[in-house]
Amino acid sequence: MSYPSVSLPRRAPLLSRAGWAAFFTALLAVCALAPALNLWVPEGSPFHLSGYMVTLLGKIMCYAICALAIDLIWGYTGILSLGHGLFFALGGYMMGMYLMRQIGREGSYQSELPDFMVFLDWKQLPWHWALSDSFVATLILIVAVPGLVAFVFGYFAFRSRIQGVYFSIITQALTFAAMLLFFRNETGFGGNNGFTDFKRILGLPLATPQMRMALFVLTGVALLGFFLLARWLVNAKFGRVLQAIRDAERRTMFCGYDPLPYKLTIWVISAMMCGVAGALYVPQVGIINPSEMSTGASIEMAVWAAVGGRATLIGPIVGAFLVNGAKSWLTVAAPEYWLFFLGGLFIVVTLFMPQGVVGLVGRVLKRNRPPAHVQQAPAATKSEASDSTNEANAALQGARA
Amino acid sequence: MTPELMEEGARRLQAHALNAAPRQTESGGRTADYGRPARPGEVDVTHGRILYLEDVSVSFDGFKAINGLNLDIAPGELRCVIGPNGAGKTTMMDIITGKTRPGSGTVFFGSTIDLLRHNEPEIAQLGIGRKFQKPTVFEQLTVFENLELALKTDKRVRPSMLFRLDSAAEDRLADVLRTIHLAGEVTRRAGDLSHGQKQWLEIGMLLMQDPKLLLLDEPVAGMTDEETARTAELFLSLKGRHSLMVVEHDMHFIRAIAGDTGTVTVLAEGRVLAQGTLDQVQADERVIEVYLGR
Repeated sequence: MSYPSVSLPRRAPLLSRAGWAAFFTALLAVCALAPALNLWVPEGSPFHLSGYMVTLLGKIMCYAICALAIDLIWGYTGILSLGHGLFFALGGYMMGMYLMRQIGREGSYQSELPDFMVFLDWKQLPWHWALSDSFVATLILIVAVPGLVAFVFGYFAFRSRIQGVYFSIITQALTFAAMLLFFRNETGFGGNNGFTDFKRILGLPLATPQMRMALFVLTGVALLGFFLLARWLVNAKFGRVLQAIRDAERRTMFCGYDPLPYKLTIWVISAMMCGVAGALYVPQVGIINPSEMSTGASIEMAVWAAVGGRATLIGPIVGAFLVNGAKSWLTVAAPEYWLFFLGGLFIVVTLFMPQGVVGLVGRVLKRNRPPAHVQQAPAATKSEASDSTNEANAALQGARA
Repeated sequence: MTPELMEEGARRLQAHALNAAPRQTESGGRTADYGRPARPGEVDVTHGRILYLEDVSVSFDGFKAINGLNLDIAPGELRCVIGPNGAGKTTMMDIITGKTRPGSGTVFFGSTIDLLRHNEPEIAQLGIGRKFQKPTVFEQLTVFENLELALKTDKRVRPSMLFRLDSAAEDRLADVLRTIHLAGEVTRRAGDLSHGQKQWLEIGMLLMQDPKLLLLDEPVAGMTDEETARTAELFLSLKGRHSLMVVEHDMHFIRAIAGDTGTVTVLAEGRVLAQGTLDQVQADERVIEVYLGR
């Protein structure tokens, strides 16, 4: 009896050859090109990268990490979170607390306590500031606090099978409630003003071009690292289970997968990524206050992902750069129109570009390609295709033997 | 020793072998006996039944969808279930698979596993596979990925992150692809398949799960005659190794898979109205009244 041989697709690599090339180019640009252009090229030169641009790009890279985090939970798992600003701000506040302690006695009141506490006439640090003078503890808290909040909230939300728009609304309410809490002076987070006037990190002054560049490089490396992590997650069977949950949750359950731990895992990973982004953001912009938890800030993150293209990983990063680039230009050129532009963009993308910019580019490339194939004599492509199947078959047979 | 005696002996041996075969595969070769150890997760069919439903009732807003239902299935049996619309066929499957909790009654898988204590994914892992009325596959994933997800394996988070297809699983996948006639569509998106192909893919996903009991809700709806015939052939080949419960409206298909001796259960108003061979139930007055006639 001769069975027809079946060619199974090979396991997809983490990145294609071109993907790795692009990845290392980006790594080189962040770690070598940008520092060289900023620190060594003289200021008058057209190739000089200004300090303003370094901070702006560093900030946008933090946003890109958030967009990537949103893509994992929304693009791949189908859960739209409108509360990721909370996790971003929590990471930022953890870093902010450490930076406040680093000011030492150089504040306006020359006290060991941060200025706002002196102003409130507090005599000692509240309990939740206990670990804030340790950098190592801060690094742990940056991921642990957003992770823990996400875990507790996610566990109850997913266990109750809260889905779709209800989940989105609850995340909005969560971040809004947190914002109100952080606004209050007695919670010990600096109230309305948050934390600012940072002086040092690890004992080194913050306001130097070298430190600015170091933070920029660190952010770039974090972004690229998270991209690889996200890519690994969605490339594994884990990622396909997430997509299965997104497309047919019931079917996934009847296949024997319990959606709860899957949703919870990706939700917590996503929140931790946002926490790291927030912690990188604060020393670069020099301030953290409760406005980062405003509902608008979280919605904007979803817009970046939608504009770039959901479930593509690269799309949300592109989206974060496009939207924030447009924002920094437009808020200078025509500040009163920015919000209209943002709203309009969201509508246009939702209606006409469901796959975002990356999807659009992909479609244009595809549309341009087929005619080339037709001219190439279809017979040739066909035999080529069957050759590659045979090759795969041979490889499979070889692997089995 | 007379030839009759020898023949009798051979007949008995054969009967014994036939009898022993399913036990060997289903309950570790052990028989019903007070001293046998209960093994967690093992389906105990030593009493000759893989599924028991006893006095099950469920109502939705006062409407009794299932009303005192009693049903049991033997290991390796292919059971056909027919009944008019609203008879409770799909609700019955919902109860068995953990989607719906009955108001009262007991549901057992083998003689030791109480299905009412388990949720959907656990029931699936225990070995009950289900095909929905409307074909449900993961549309954004390829045919290959759909089958790979269904493969019987550790389905917790970390194993899924580190999962690699081994060669035995690859062989199995290739086997199922041939069985469901989708070997040429391996890398196609499941959403792009025809309706009949989606039905086949879903059946293929069930096969990958290697369930002990398959629940099939209208498996041939929307299939061409040729596809229907192939499906009947497939189900008959599964019979014996797996237990199957098939809900279907297509009487030609029922005839094809039940044959002259298979048991057909007729449900009406949430309870079993009649049970027997297809000819028997078709001749039953009450069945004619509620279902086939007027």
